[in-house]
Amino acid sequence: MSSQPSHPPHFTDATDVVARLAQTGYLADDDIATIVFLADRLSKPLLIEGPAGVGKTELAKSLASLLGVELVRLQCYEGVDETKALYEWNYKKQLLRIQAGGGSWDELTDDIFGEPFLLERPVLRALRSVDPVVLLVDEVDKLDYEAEALLLEVLSDWQITIPEMGTVRTTRPPYVVLTSNNSRELSEALKRRCLYLFLDYPTPEREKAIVRERVPQVSEALGERLVAVVNSIRDLELKKAPSIAETIDWAQTLVHLGAETLDDATLRRTLSVVLKFQSDIERARNHLIGTVSR
Amino acid sequence: MLDRLLSFSRALREAGVPVSVSEDLDAVRSLEHIDWLDRDVWRSALAATMIKSDAHRPAFDMLFELYFGTSPSADDSSPEEPAEPNRFMAELTDALGSGDGGALGELAERAVDQFGRVEDSPSGNLFFEYPIWRAIDTGSLARPGDDQTFESTVANDEFERRLAEWRRRVQAEVRRRVARRRGAEAVARYSIRPLPEDLAINTATADEIKQLRRSVQPLARKLATRLSLKHRKSRHGRLDMRRTVRRSLSTGGAPFDLVERKRAPHRPELFVLCDVSDSVARFARFSLMLVHALAWQFTRVRSFVFLETIDEVTRLFEREDFMDAVARINAEANVVNFDPHSNYGASFEEFVERYNSDVSSRSTVLVLGDARNNYRSSKVDALKEINASAHKTYWLNPESRSDWDTGDSLASVYASCIDDMAEVRTLRQLERFIALRL
Repeated sequence: MSSQPSHPPHFTDATDVVARLAQTGYLADDDIATIVFLADRLSKPLLIEGPAGVGKTELAKSLASLLGVELVRLQCYEGVDETKALYEWNYKKQLLRIQAGGGSWDELTDDIFGEPFLLERPVLRALRSVDPVVLLVDEVDKLDYEAEALLLEVLSDWQITIPEMGTVRTTRPPYVVLTSNNSRELSEALKRRCLYLFLDYPTPEREKAIVRERVPQVSEALGERLVAVVNSIRDLELKKAPSIAETIDWAQTLVHLGAETLDDATLRRTLSVVLKFQSDIERARNHLIGTVSR
Repeated sequence: MLDRLLSFSRALREAGVPVSVSEDLDAVRSLEHIDWLDRDVWRSALAATMIKSDAHRPAFDMLFELYFGTSPSADDSSPEEPAEPNRFMAELTDALGSGDGGALGELAERAVDQFGRVEDSPSGNLFFEYPIWRAIDTGSLARPGDDQTFESTVANDEFERRLAEWRRRVQAEVRRRVARRRGAEAVARYSIRPLPEDLAINTATADEIKQLRRSVQPLARKLATRLSLKHRKSRHGRLDMRRTVRRSLSTGGAPFDLVERKRAPHRPELFVLCDVSDSVARFARFSLMLVHALAWQFTRVRSFVFLETIDEVTRLFEREDFMDAVARINAEANVVNFDPHSNYGASFEEFVERYNSDVSSRSTVLVLGDARNNYRSSKVDALKEINASAHKTYWLNPESRSDWDTGDSLASVYASCIDDMAEVRTLRQLERFIALRL
């Protein structure tokens, strides 16, 4: 069990979270606000799952910016191990030290496994940081099972054991956000240690608000229409459904083109902004415009 | 409150959602920090601490409504106005067209009140769902768009989305009223739908198929990882200089331990033979999904479909869209001569003749089908020959084990000459099969 926070809480309640996230341009709903608030109060890492481009990474960035702290990011991929996630010994420097000679054997071994020879990797850095940080472990589902296990000690006890040096502990747990694209099932042990949030595509109302927040030039009517069209497209069986990021891109494109409304011709010209596969574009075009007017 | 919370978590477990004790504790601890009179915050907090997969969210939401939902207002009063389906439908159409959430909520309550009530019961009014749908035919509601233009398509899609949402609200409302009479526990027990991983693939509804589709990718990935681990025979690779020097430091710079680079995992060849007859149409659809998902994970997957005879469809899946590929399998695969019923024997024979020379000790063969041979010759020898050439041969059968060998099923005949035949009706079973056998 993780201990109760020893630091002053960042937020007073969920409403506070919504208000302060909104200042950074991130529009949170009830689920997001509550979980962000609870993660802070319970000192638990936050695991966010959901399709690509719904704002998982963005949430971590917004948190860092509203708390005014540094964002330490560990980008995961197959083949990440402890030397890339936690720490590594700077062996070149150690070699040099050995070759330089001097001192007794005991002095030497004490020396080369000391602070100056340690390379901090993101997780250790977040843990040892004097100032509070937000640690973002991005795309944790890309990790191998072995590497996932490495994170467990950190996430439950906020400590890392380095055999040569001892255990590194922190008194002030970093705010940890893990994101996953759900490309594989994460281990039960990891899930149990986290608060879980599934971030899905937003409701049409919220999506419209997000688009207008990011692209203020978009009119109320155009925003509504855009979101309705994107939702129609999402209901089709596509290889890659459009995410919020793509809706925003689309809104920007329309603004640059000076389009006031979204009609047949504009749709035909700009559909490639939201859809990334030729077969998807064709399917969406057939559905929306129909074969008649093609 | 604590009792209610614990019986809620018990109900979740009964519904198949794995809630551990430490998750219960988290939920209780979160109580100190939130204002649990605010139902939305309370729901979000419980969801954050108790469920760990989006597949469990529908069951969670339903149970939450039952256990912590507000009690419905006018319950035992008789309807203040006579039920008039036509006027009601007109109002509903307006509300759906404008997307007014408040009005839709109110209409859902009224629909249950006016049309879902079955009176004349000693314990008061009872509410059911079916009289509502009999009175209100949602299929006949006037759709906003009436032509082929882009505008009406978008408007119609929006309308359908809101309608589906409204139907869910009505269902929730009925459950809530029944729960008030019979207790949340009783309602929870009978209204829980199986979780996606427990859905029988062959009887899944369109909505459920969608959920299944979402779970397929992670599963295919697991399947691929396990197979390649098993097939990775040698761990020897080229010397890894950096790590060797790094490790030599603990022995004073003398390289005692040589570290070798790990070889790229050997990816097995996969031959997937898939029955596409009507009797297993749903399963076939799902199998094709899996085949398709696997095609991206392996370096080499060869897919075959069969009915009367077998044909290779690998080329259809190469850089093809899944839906197109499925459509084109029906159109292009040459699997029917006269009669669209599966003939396993003939298909295996044909496979041996045309393709078996490609099956080697590095190949794994997966057969997907119900082994119902329509009383034709089994041609077991052909399957034996495939099994002899391949590294492993497995059969995934979408029928319940108790139905094997009934009627025209040749399950045990075929099972006897391959490595394993497994009952795979649900994703969970597929997962278990992978864990045990592959």
